[in-house]
Amino acid sequence: MDWHQLWTIVSLPDNIPIVGMLFIIPFFTWYALRQARANDRLAERLENDPDLAKTHHRKVQPFQKGWVREVAVWPYLLRMEFLAAIIVTIILMVWSITLDAPLEEPANPSLTMNPSKAPWYFLGLQEMLVYFDPWIAGVVMPTMIIIGLIVIPYIDENPLGNGYYTYKQRRFAIWTFIFGFIILWCSMIVIGTLIRGPGWMWFWPGMTWDHNRLIFEINRDLHEIVGITSQPWIGIFGGLVVGGFAVAAGYACHRIIAATEFSRKILNRMSLLQYAIMQALLIVMLALPVKMAARLLFRIKYVWVTPWFNV
Amino acid sequence: MAENNPTEVKDKSAAPAGSNGDGARTLLGVTIDPDEIKKKAQIDLDALKQPTKTEVYKSIFRVKHDQTARSRTLGVLSNVFLHLHPAKVNRDAVRYNFTWGMGGISFYLFWVLTWTGVLLMFYYHPTKVQAFRDILYLEHDVPFGKLLRNMHRWAAHAMVLTVQLHMFRVFLTGSYKKPRQFNWSVGVILLVLTLLLSFTGYLLPDDQLGFWAVTVGTNMARATPMLGHEGPFGPELGMTPFNDVRFALLGGSIVDANALLRAYIWHCIAIPGFAAIFMIVHFWRVRKDGGISGPAPIMLEKEIKPVRR
Repeated sequence: MDWHQLWTIVSLPDNIPIVGMLFIIPFFTWYALRQARANDRLAERLENDPDLAKTHHRKVQPFQKGWVREVAVWPYLLRMEFLAAIIVTIILMVWSITLDAPLEEPANPSLTMNPSKAPWYFLGLQEMLVYFDPWIAGVVMPTMIIIGLIVIPYIDENPLGNGYYTYKQRRFAIWTFIFGFIILWCSMIVIGTLIRGPGWMWFWPGMTWDHNRLIFEINRDLHEIVGITSQPWIGIFGGLVVGGFAVAAGYACHRIIAATEFSRKILNRMSLLQYAIMQALLIVMLALPVKMAARLLFRIKYVWVTPWFNV
Repeated sequence: MAENNPTEVKDKSAAPAGSNGDGARTLLGVTIDPDEIKKKAQIDLDALKQPTKTEVYKSIFRVKHDQTARSRTLGVLSNVFLHLHPAKVNRDAVRYNFTWGMGGISFYLFWVLTWTGVLLMFYYHPTKVQAFRDILYLEHDVPFGKLLRNMHRWAAHAMVLTVQLHMFRVFLTGSYKKPRQFNWSVGVILLVLTLLLSFTGYLLPDDQLGFWAVTVGTNMARATPMLGHEGPFGPELGMTPFNDVRFALLGGSIVDANALLRAYIWHCIAIPGFAAIFMIVHFWRVRKDGGISGPAPIMLEKEIKPVRR
């Protein structure tokens, strides 16, 4: 166990946000889900007691007759904002006094940094380069992430949970977002920062970053395993595999979407276009962990090889 | 009286000007009565004790600062910096636990970055010869230069984090739902602009870290389908290293002087400009879409109304 190596990575000033993220993201997830549980309990109580539902103010926050529902922004909100600004300023000041922004040697195109890493928030994309060709990892996937995020409000037809934390009323939406944001985006960033060392090789936390390390792994394409040797059969086979994955993933997603009576009700509210877009995005999202598993566990490089592009 | 006695004015070197029996004097034909002046001075001194009663104060702050609802409302609405706020807000929304304050903190960090960024621009030349030396100069010679640079960098990192947390919160509270759908999309654009701002700033110190990060980043642009010279169907459409999308980003086929200048202009002018426009829309729509989304009363499953198409 090389504690010094671990400390070298963790204490790098530019890695502070990721180390912070390791605590901040789980904290806020817990913080949100705790409030969601409180609201869910209240919802359950009101579902079982229709009379109470008619009179209850429907929040977990205390409320009594005669209390105003709205308070003046000055001073009740502005003092919070002022306080937040002061706290953020103090944190920034202390952070800036104690830790220096990194500055390496002057740029030198003839001396490659190893490992040469993107800024921390793009390390998820850089990590994706291991599993996909650059046109997918660097162009298609980021575009799909942006489009996927933008269309979320237009494909989510569940009217519940508008303006309050809840888990039970939005199970599928919350699981999808947590899967995409925490399991894929955040953990890929953590892998790219803490795990990947020289030559973008996998070093478990505590392993020494050995610049002379060689890994004798032969990555194969899927068609080689099956024994197909010539085009166009390679391309046709790969197309069938990718198409098969899309169908299987779409089927699995549909089973999950239509798992409960409530989710079927929401599904019925969706138009065909909304459903198709959601399925396409979910299939692309699932392709990442599937390809990761194929690469890390079975050392498969490409599943679809064509003369123009490889997947 | 003094005004009847012009000869005394001419003879001011001989005796104190305009002195006469009852305390009033004349100077250059103007009567100066010490009692009158004392009275006037007292008025000014009294005004100092109550500055809020002065015309100057009233002209700047048009509203009384007292605890009536009217004054509090007008205090927000008649102030250009505060008027983005509504006069009143959901009583439960001022608690920290609903919003986590991440949107506001992101905006505050944007301001910190603007101020520190402008100060950094005074010391920085976006040229291959000067850029790296300017950073050394900032770090070693400029008073508080190191603090300035540290603050700009850490505020940038913090902003990337707070913007993501803001998005996470908005998702978990379902605040993107009707009628706020469009504002969520604007927010996604702002997230992308935040990442791009941070990324373009990475190259500016012109050190190994930024150079290789941007090299790795822009190399991906080679592989853009149809627009990159190594992307699918790129070569078929006539893409070469000298006319594809990467060339447009870098102003050349390698990360060099032109890339530095382009990163500088994107970082300091173009992207902050776009971000400002989208922020204006974002904040405007927060208000127009009904203010902060919650904490809203819980809706029950049986209350769902059928979709209207």
